[in-house]
This record gives sequence, C-alpha cells and structure tokens, in this order.
Amino acid sequence: MGDSLINANPIIYEKTGERVLEQDDFDDNVEDKIDNREVFDLIRNINDPEHPLTLEDLNVVDCDNVHVNDDENSVEILFTPTIPHCSMATLIGLSIRVKLLRSLPPRFKVDVKISPGTHASEEAVNKQLADKERVAAALENSHLLSVVNQCLKSKRSSG
Amino acid sequence: MGTLDNVCTLEGHDEQVWCVSWNPTGTLLASCGGDKNIRVWGQEGDKWVCKSVLSEGHQRTIRYVSWSPCGNYLASASFDATVCVWSRKEGEFECIATLEGHENEVKAVSWACTGNLLATCSRDKSVWIWEVTEDEDYECASVISSHTQDVKYCTWHPSKEILVSCSYDDTIKLYKEEIDDWTCCSTLESHDSTVWKVAFDKDGERLVSVSDDKTVKIWQEYLPGNKEGVPTKGKDGAWKCVCTLSGFHNRAIFDVDWSHLSGRIVTGCGDDCIRVFKEEEGSDPNQPSFSLMATARQAHDQDVNSVAWNPKVSNMLASCSDDGTVKLWKYYEQEY
Repeated sequence: MGDSLINANPIIYEKTGERVLEQDDFDDNVEDKIDNREVFDLIRNINDPEHPLTLEDLNVVDCDNVHVNDDENSVEILFTPTIPHCSMATLIGLSIRVKLLRSLPPRFKVDVKISPGTHASEEAVNKQLADKERVAAALENSHLLSVVNQCLKSKRSSG
Repeated sequence: MGTLDNVCTLEGHDEQVWCVSWNPTGTLLASCGGDKNIRVWGQEGDKWVCKSVLSEGHQRTIRYVSWSPCGNYLASASFDATVCVWSRKEGEFECIATLEGHENEVKAVSWACTGNLLATCSRDKSVWIWEVTEDEDYECASVISSHTQDVKYCTWHPSKEILVSCSYDDTIKLYKEEIDDWTCCSTLESHDSTVWKVAFDKDGERLVSVSDDKTVKIWQEYLPGNKEGVPTKGKDGAWKCVCTLSGFHNRAIFDVDWSHLSGRIVTGCGDDCIRVFKEEEGSDPNQPSFSLMATARQAHDQDVNSVAWNPKVSNMLASCSDDGTVKLWKYYEQEY
C-alpha cells in the first residue's frame, strides 16, 4: 500500500445489532436455511484494507445488499466502495469472495459485484471478480493471499 | 431426445479438476488441476483406474493437458508460467522438456496435426508458437501479441496449420504463417464477455465457442468467391457467426467439444450441467438450427470445467469439475 491513504477520511456508520434469535432457532425440527442475515454476519467483520475498520463500519457491505436463495443455492453480494475511484475495490471484492468460499457449503454459487453506479471501473472490477480462473490464480500468489488473509483476520469487536 | 448416463466416477484429485483430455486412440484419459498433479486413467478389464500420477513437474495449478497426435507425448500448461512435455514409453511418463517464456499463468497448450508445432497461451496476453526440432527440442518460433487481455485457450485446426485462440477481451482470433511469421488473419467479435473455449468441427470449416455471456455460438468460414456472397479479404476466408444458442445455460460456460465422429456438441457449464446439442437435419447450413438433446442436471456437485468426447467411441464422454471428480458418461439418442 502507498504512503497516502486513498480515502483518508471515511464516514463511519453505526453497526447493525446482533441477530435476534426466535423460537424456531432453538427448535431442532425446523430446518434453518441459510439466509441474508447469516451471510451478512459472515462478511460484516471483514477488515477494510486501509483502515482499522470493518466493511460494515464503512457501509461497504450492508444486509440489504446481500441476497441469498438457499433453495436455488445462490448468493449475490453487492458492495459499495467508499469512493468511486477506490483502487482497493478488487481487493475488497476478492476478500468477500474468499471469505464465502471458505465459509459456505460448496453447493452455493456466489456472485460478488459492485453496487451499480458506485465505482468508476464497475464493469472491469465485476468481470475480474467473476473470473474464477483469475481468482484461483490470485489465491496461489502468496503475497496477495497474505493481504487477503489480513482482511479476513478476526479482531475482537471494538465495542 | 437423448440421455446421458454416468458410467463411472474417478476419484483421486485433491482439489478442483480443470481439464480432461483423451489420447488419440481414446484408451487413456489425462486429467489435471489444483493439486498440481496429472492423473492418467485407463481401463483394466471393465474398470477405469488411475494408471499414473505425474506429480513432479509444476509448482502451481495445472490448467490444461494435451496429447500429441501420435499419442506418445503429453503437454501440460500451468499457472507456474511453464509448459512441460512428458514422453510416454512403455507406460511410464518422463518430463523431457520444460518450456519457459510466458510471464505468468499458461492457460492452454495444443499440438498441431503434424505434431511439429505447439501453441501456448497465457494471461500475459500472448500466444507462443513452438517448433519441435529433430532432437526433441522446443524452439520458440513466434510470439503473437494480438489479444488485449488474458488469452484463455488456443487450439489448432484439425488438418491445417491454422491456430485459433479466445480471450478475456471477448474475441476469437485465427492465425496463420505468412512469409516466415505468424500473424492474426481474422478476429471474430460477437460475444459479450470472456470467451472460455473454442472447438473446430471435423473438417475445420466451422467453430463453436462458449462464453461467460452464457451463449454458445457457431461460426462458419466463407472462402473467397463463396456463392453466398459473403465478402472476404485477400486469400483469407471470412468467419461469420451463423447461430447463437442462448437461454439454455444459466451461468458461464467453461468448455465445449465438437465430436468429430457424431457431430454432436457438448458443453460444460458453471450451473453444474452437461448439455448435448445436435444440428437439426435439413437445416440451412448458412443459418443452422441446433436442438438441445440431453441435459445431465447436477452432473457434478460444482461447476463443470471440462468436457471431452472420446475420439474413438462416438457416444463416450469425460467431464471434470470443481468438485474434484472426473466422470465418464455414455450418451444415447433414441431414433424415431
């Protein structure tokens, strides 16, 4: 990373509360499908590559932009870079992709895209993130992998 | 209509399997993938078993394997930027050459019909042509930088020294040798996203391509002076998209193979399905229609990365997937 920050002064947003558990969640006879909130909980604490903040703190990910259909095995995540020229967009998208690759059952088809209209190179970044061959090659690059792993490293939530 | 029956499932790879490739006699199947190994499968009695594991060769994912036309050599392309050539003698494989030159991931390798030329392509946007010398040395004959992005695949014409490649730049390009150097003679544009794979038909007069845009396209060559009046330039033929199959595939299509025995087209798709298409009888060659004959739903548990018709047994097919398995299939068509 360079010396100057790409977005030196980002807006910090309020965190979503913890998931509210309902009666059914404790009933072993009810099948708990993977839903939007469960997937959001997987990615909300991913670290931003340049600030000691999570993607949720920066509103890069929010629950409304997580679309899960358990029956159709599909997950779509739309993420919003903090600024339209953010050069970290691909890295953020890759981190989300890798997190879900490691966490979700392999039956899921995962699409990670930039929220429409929020980035100057939206199409190029989306194409790169959708190319599984490039993602596979990127994950064999030890430098890139260590940067991704930094983003995925769990931190105690700074309450 | 037709059906696809899973004959057997071959397990052994530890990670995703990227490619399956039959030897020219259809007796051996090579597969490769994320575990950096090549497995060679063959029949023992009625059973298909792993005959060899080639593990010393590459440092990273092996993306593609290809047999020489004589069947005595196997070439492998890897994300480690190299290509290995393996010689097969009395059933044993030995790495006899490592081709270095690409800057990063090599995506495919293909032997010309004569066996004297080899083509490779890479994320470095280039296509390399290698000449095989008499003492089994490989010399770079040309570096072609025609694509503007990652070159996903390259393959030779079935009977001529014409090469085709496809790319992340959404185009397909054809090359031939002109006055001692290789040049791009045609660029085929029609896909809206990455073109993952192309395959020639038996005579090399048509191409089929598959893409991230979820379509299959059929291209036909029109030679100078063609009776249809398709304009051409100089001595080169013009390639025209004569058919687009859309609405059949739900995600990116990663592989396609055109059977040189039956004329059937098979696709491997990111929606875990394998599909077989057939050209409708009596359809206009300039506007052909293709019908979907069979779909193997959940053919694999994850993306189907590669499909290949057996070159000798017309209804036999191999596939492989991110789920780590290789599968063999029999395709049956009912007559009406």
